[in-house]
Amino acid sequence: MADKELFVQGNEACALGALAAGCTFFAGYPITPSTEIAEVMSRKLPEIGGHFIQMEDEIAAVGAIIGASWAGQKVVTATSGPGISLMQENIGYAVMTETPIVIINMQRGSPSTGQPTRSAQADMMQTRWGSHGDYETITLAPSSVQECFDYTIKAFNLAEKYRCPVFVMADEIVGHMREKITIPEKVEIIPRQMPEKTDNYLPFDAPENGTTPMPSFGQGYNIHVTGLTHDKRGYPSTDDEETHTQLVTRLCDKILKNTNEITSIETEFLDDAETIVLSYGIPSRSALTAVKQARQKGIKVGYIKLGVVWPFAEEELIELTKNAKRIIVPELNLGQIYLEVDRVLGKYAKVELLSKIGGALHTPTEILDKIMEE
Amino acid sequence: MIYINEDLCKGCFICVDCCPMDVYTPSKELNQKGVHLPIPEVDKCIKCQLCTLMCPDQVISIEDD
Amino acid sequence: MADHEHKFMKYLRKERLPHIFCPGCGDGIVLNTIFNAIEMSEVDFENISMVSGIGCSSRIPGYVKCDSLHTTHGRALAFATGLKTANPKQDVIVVTGDGDATSIGGNHLIHAARRNIDLTVICINNDIYGMTGGQISPTSPQGSYATTAPYGSTDKPFNIAEVAKAAGATYVAKYTTAQPIQVSQAIKAGLENKGFSFIEVVAQCPTYYGRKNKIRSPVEMIHWLKDNTISLEQAKDMTEEELEGKIITGVYINKPRKEFVEALEDISTKISDIDPDTNINRAYRSE
Repeated sequence: MADKELFVQGNEACALGALAAGCTFFAGYPITPSTEIAEVMSRKLPEIGGHFIQMEDEIAAVGAIIGASWAGQKVVTATSGPGISLMQENIGYAVMTETPIVIINMQRGSPSTGQPTRSAQADMMQTRWGSHGDYETITLAPSSVQECFDYTIKAFNLAEKYRCPVFVMADEIVGHMREKITIPEKVEIIPRQMPEKTDNYLPFDAPENGTTPMPSFGQGYNIHVTGLTHDKRGYPSTDDEETHTQLVTRLCDKILKNTNEITSIETEFLDDAETIVLSYGIPSRSALTAVKQARQKGIKVGYIKLGVVWPFAEEELIELTKNAKRIIVPELNLGQIYLEVDRVLGKYAKVELLSKIGGALHTPTEILDKIMEE
Repeated sequence: MIYINEDLCKGCFICVDCCPMDVYTPSKELNQKGVHLPIPEVDKCIKCQLCTLMCPDQVISIEDD
Repeated sequence: MADHEHKFMKYLRKERLPHIFCPGCGDGIVLNTIFNAIEMSEVDFENISMVSGIGCSSRIPGYVKCDSLHTTHGRALAFATGLKTANPKQDVIVVTGDGDATSIGGNHLIHAARRNIDLTVICINNDIYGMTGGQISPTSPQGSYATTAPYGSTDKPFNIAEVAKAAGATYVAKYTTAQPIQVSQAIKAGLENKGFSFIEVVAQCPTYYGRKNKIRSPVEMIHWLKDNTISLEQAKDMTEEELEGKIITGVYINKPRKEFVEALEDISTKISDIDPDTNINRAYRSE
């Protein structure tokens, strides 16, 4: 079988990416503008002996995928703003229990019910700390239909590698846009590792900054999985300061200390760039066009696109932008990742927000005008 | 024989109450954990095992001699 | 001592005992009836997985030597739905409480029952929130006291067994901790029913319900349960007023119908040649 070309929607591409990554279980709840993902999965999963369940709400959707993940399957759900709010409780549970799950969020205008059929990037902080407690997750931001496919596969692999929830944070535009994509003949898949069954088996005995192989229910490991602070056996240990400190620190560090392994950054024209447009997700499309137009005018401007937003590629960005005087952050919100960029790069360069809300994407001209402001 | 696991007993006296043969009486003295343990009169026991089902703390073992 | 342990000690994570339940708590009795039922049934203990939510009763799976998933408040049935569907070969027992199952988890309860997914749900109903210190619950009798009902509860309580039956559960029974044989038989029947089985066990909470409502000891509470228990048969001829505060016990429904995962997999076998069982543990495969 050779590579295959398809003309599909971003939502469909996410579903196809999940299937290519080995996903056999979807539980979800209908919500605009992500519903097509559920529709495709409901059609395709039974064809491969997988399972699709339309749950009673998004809380249940995440519960069900966590349950299925512990039964040894690769799992996904898809939603949008109001749904991601409901999911937060069990996202925290997946973090605490180190359960690999993938959540696709087709962001829409918000807060509350907001603009169901319009685009936004306003849930970006929610994927980081939307649930209660100190934790870190991995968040990818596709800007094209091809990236919907590619990043979803990557999300599954990262979820397995780091045993945590991984978010694919797209938006209404990418979700409903149709583009030609290439489905490669072979896709790299990271399989889960079954731990060795020893007499003194400790299911949560992971190295510092790392994870340990995850067993599956029904295989005789007799493990206990709890959202309570637990020791290496998995048993609740809620009053011990050291156990809690070690556990929560490791859960954060297994992401933060591996930031360079996890993140991916695309760059253009950085060599002599004095101004850099730093973006993620759909505004990157307008940003790249604007940067090219500015270059034609002889302006020394460069382009950075974050493929992975969380963990934030702090060190790499400091290195990449060390010669820049000005950084422009176009976002479909009133300034979310801008705050993080400013925190990290603000002491070296002037960081400026180019905000847009209401549902439409920045035009290249709007970004070009911002570049030309100085 | 009737065996009482002193480490697990919390002294609720459900065994004392549920036994149809009145096998158990609470001890007069408290044990180290501050619990009045049930003292069985083995001869009265008909091995119906109701106490082993009703004991919330899995304290009692009734075995054939 | 090891030679003379309680007959169900072999099923317990012994290193975790004594468990956290207060003296005379009904949860420990239900724990016994679960093992009793497993021994009485065709089900193999090795094949059991347990799921629970949050609350005192939800701590039970943590003491059982099996794969156990202690989840978020009210959501146990959602997790169990995924766990069972992704590997239907396991016998999945869900342990929950009145607040967990019918308050915060009410939506999940009615939908799991509606789907008729093959789970055996044991709901330990002590009419109060124990873990948080004695607040009112959806099953607290009208007029009963709790820390959040200092003047007595004004709400009409759920009969959870009726709720589960109305929502579509195919096996529903209700007993009290004063009836451990009946509870064991009901759990056995639930384990053997291929579908959603719901066993409500009304249990004593001496620490909070008892203290707040002047039923001062575990033994007194068990007598209180006994005194208020009537059978479904007896209830038939009683008026609404006479039934107030009564615990109506018996088998509410035992009427099997098509099970959820089976129905899903029928579709798979109809439209493809793939046996859904081949996907069990597929996450561990590299292709």
